Amino acid sequence: MAIKETMTVNMGPQHPSTHGVLQLILELDGETVVKAVPHVGFLHRGVEKLTEYRSYHKALPLTDRLDYLAPMSNNLGYVLAVEKLLGITDAIPQRAKVIRVMMAEVTRIKSHLVWLATHALDIGAMTVFLYCFREREMIMDLYEKISGARMTSNYFRVGGLSLDLPAGFEQDVKAFIDSMPGHIETYEGLLSGNAIWKRRTIGVGHISAADAIDIGLTGPALRCSGVDWDLRRDNPYSGYEEYDFKVITREKGDTYDRYTARLDEMRESCKIIQQCLDRLEDGPILADVPWVCLPPKKDVLNSIEALIHQFKIVTEGFKPEPGEIYQGIEAPKGELGYYMISDGSANPYRMKVRPPSFVNLQALPQMIEGALLADVIATIGTLDIVLGEIDR
Amino acid sequence: MPEMLSLSNDPILFIAVMLTKILSVFIVVVLIVAYATYAERKIIGRMQTRLGPTMTGPLGLLQPIADGLKLFFKEDIIPSQASKVAFVLAPMMILVPAFITVGVIPFGGDIVIRGYTVPLQIADLNVGILYIIAMAGLGVYGIVLAGWSSNNKYSLIGGVRAAAQVISYELAAGLSIVAVFMLAETLSLRGIVEAQSGSILNWYVFSQPLAFCLFFITSIAEINRTPFDLPEAETELVSGFCTEYSSMKYALFFMAEYANMVVIAALISTLFLGGPAGPFPGVINILIKVFGFMFIFIWMRATFPRVRYDQLMFMGWKVFLPLALLNIVITGVVIIL
Amino acid sequence: MSQAVVAKLKQEYPAAVVDVVEHRGETTVTVQKEDIVAVCTYLKNEAGYNFLCDLCGVDYLGIEPRFMVVYNLYNIATKERLRVKAAVAEQSCCIDTVSGVWATANWHERECWDMFGIRFNNHPDLRRILMPADWVGHPLRKDYPLQGPDRQPYQGRLS
Repeated sequence: MAIKETMTVNMGPQHPSTHGVLQLILELDGETVVKAVPHVGFLHRGVEKLTEYRSYHKALPLTDRLDYLAPMSNNLGYVLAVEKLLGITDAIPQRAKVIRVMMAEVTRIKSHLVWLATHALDIGAMTVFLYCFREREMIMDLYEKISGARMTSNYFRVGGLSLDLPAGFEQDVKAFIDSMPGHIETYEGLLSGNAIWKRRTIGVGHISAADAIDIGLTGPALRCSGVDWDLRRDNPYSGYEEYDFKVITREKGDTYDRYTARLDEMRESCKIIQQCLDRLEDGPILADVPWVCLPPKKDVLNSIEALIHQFKIVTEGFKPEPGEIYQGIEAPKGELGYYMISDGSANPYRMKVRPPSFVNLQALPQMIEGALLADVIATIGTLDIVLGEIDR
Repeated sequence: MPEMLSLSNDPILFIAVMLTKILSVFIVVVLIVAYATYAERKIIGRMQTRLGPTMTGPLGLLQPIADGLKLFFKEDIIPSQASKVAFVLAPMMILVPAFITVGVIPFGGDIVIRGYTVPLQIADLNVGILYIIAMAGLGVYGIVLAGWSSNNKYSLIGGVRAAAQVISYELAAGLSIVAVFMLAETLSLRGIVEAQSGSILNWYVFSQPLAFCLFFITSIAEINRTPFDLPEAETELVSGFCTEYSSMKYALFFMAEYANMVVIAALISTLFLGGPAGPFPGVINILIKVFGFMFIFIWMRATFPRVRYDQLMFMGWKVFLPLALLNIVITGVVIIL
Repeated sequence: MSQAVVAKLKQEYPAAVVDVVEHRGETTVTVQKEDIVAVCTYLKNEAGYNFLCDLCGVDYLGIEPRFMVVYNLYNIATKERLRVKAAVAEQSCCIDTVSGVWATANWHERECWDMFGIRFNNHPDLRRILMPADWVGHPLRKDYPLQGPDRQPYQGRLS
């Protein structure tokens, strides 16, 4: 009887295509993966623990650092969760809601661009990488204009926004979404019809709908297995119910489907952003809830009451009544959930983040076992994981 | 037609001419190799909306020299668990075959020196093609040795991939050019060039388009260029067989890769595009063709994703090999008729 | 809708349901930890809560029982959420795994074990997930120092 020997390969945490510090212990029989064991936690910073020692306002910058490719989505989830905990969801002004949706969709495009760039690079198409980063740079510029930071924006606030839009911002966004469909066609021109790309992606990393639900896949990965589920439509938040957009689904659940679906999602995001621009009206950007929101800066500089008000909120924070809530949003990578418990003090008693990448990564072993080594790379790419969010 | 210069009729001149030819070909190839890296970076850079090197010298033209210097002064690391002899030997075993293959490629017509005919070719072997295929086969030993001796699993996978890939594509490449020397009725590259002389329509690319395509694709696979760069697939195998190499040894791998590109481009030009034939003096014609092919290689690298291992094997054995055999049969039938 | 589910759940498992709380439109059901697998199986198969969004631990230091394991469920068909909680005492710090009900619970439970030291009986692969394998202590417990073990608390910037 022939003895079958397998080779154990340690892939990562320093490996160019594990998208950060993911470690995979692969057991290979030739080029075929027999077993894959992911190890995570190399980037653990204790975000959940840290929030317990900060007031609600001060915990907000920590959320930027979870999924650092989609900071505004994380901010949005957090502020919505805190607003729900406070019970002030209805007090958020319309303008703030619209800008939140707009920036969340811009962030979705940003995140998907990085996904496409790295996914294509992993499979070997390196030109797409730079094209995507060129467009991402435009989004970075938008970020910088609106918040002063290119990546960790920290733009949303509990109760609204930190600042109003700068002058001319609508035109910049408009120019961006007008150019984006053409750019998406460029990517498609380089990849969609390419025989090698198709052979590398069709049928690779397949997962069925039942398995996907069982393992907890969310976002594009779940929708491409044929489950029509999008929190923006099913449990709308921040006024998503007012927008007209399609939820992109696919049936086959393979890497190629997830690729085309994400491209379509970028197109849909452009449409939503256009609707946001149409809806943008002048108005306040911060809820009229003085015990939560900071007073306008102009008043702080001119009146003693506003100064005291600001001082109280910055030093003491606000104290939601005891209770617990769960707020899930449709982040670019899947369902981003915040489970928050208040004990009536100014700090969150417990904040649990449900990071989409963490759960999506769990599906990796069953998607790649029996596949080839090159498929591992393609599947990691298609799951669109960010280790900052997995390890927290 | 004057007498051919040889060792018997004027030994001193013969040796002098031979040394000159060898030196000039070597220098030109090394220069092309050095500037191919520059060209690759510039061309891919432009294709990817970047600029490529600009800081070193005018237009970044000194970049290859700076790269060479940098690699030269880097620490030469030999992993403690590596098999040292093989580890040191491997880069040379890749580079040497790549360079000596150039010896049989004719780079111009004949010239007359002191009443003797001198062919612009270092050696006119009557088994030129076999020699080239043999040298290409030797080159893979270097990759396999490099992969094995590094004592690194990624390198090992890269080496094994290289072995399988080169062996299977060598067959298809070899068989695809059988049709060419069936038409030329010689294995000498000089003879093949002569058989294509006269009109541009005599070029074998027109009489053997299938063989041309097959040889072009399989050659890219043989020299491990994108989309067939599986042995060094940097996103899967972290540079594969050259993961553990540093300093000049790494530079040797790099030079070998580009030297192989030059050789393959020259070979395709010789076999299918009439070699030095064309409107300009012979050397310029072949350089134009070589540069043209190298541009296509670089262009492909900017455009294509990487194929998967099983797909590569499938294409090699089940597509290219039968097609090459079919082409031989068709050519044979046509010749007999 | 979720009230109806809770009512049916109470009917089905009268001994298991300890408490039902409504807060900000969300329903939280506290159940006995012995019945957690039965309740979850019922909720998944009969009530349609086929998706486990999140599973986490909470440390209520100073209250008996000390820990809570929280299950955030979602019904994809009706788009309803439901939260199930089970109290775990510090002395017998273990609860049955639900990874047989939802495969996704596997990593969540590993994280909960890692962060709170709550054991999950019959879990297929209960290892630490975020912290190193040889780590001592469970960082998200309230009595675990923020700055980590054997270090001075952060005093603020000295300059």
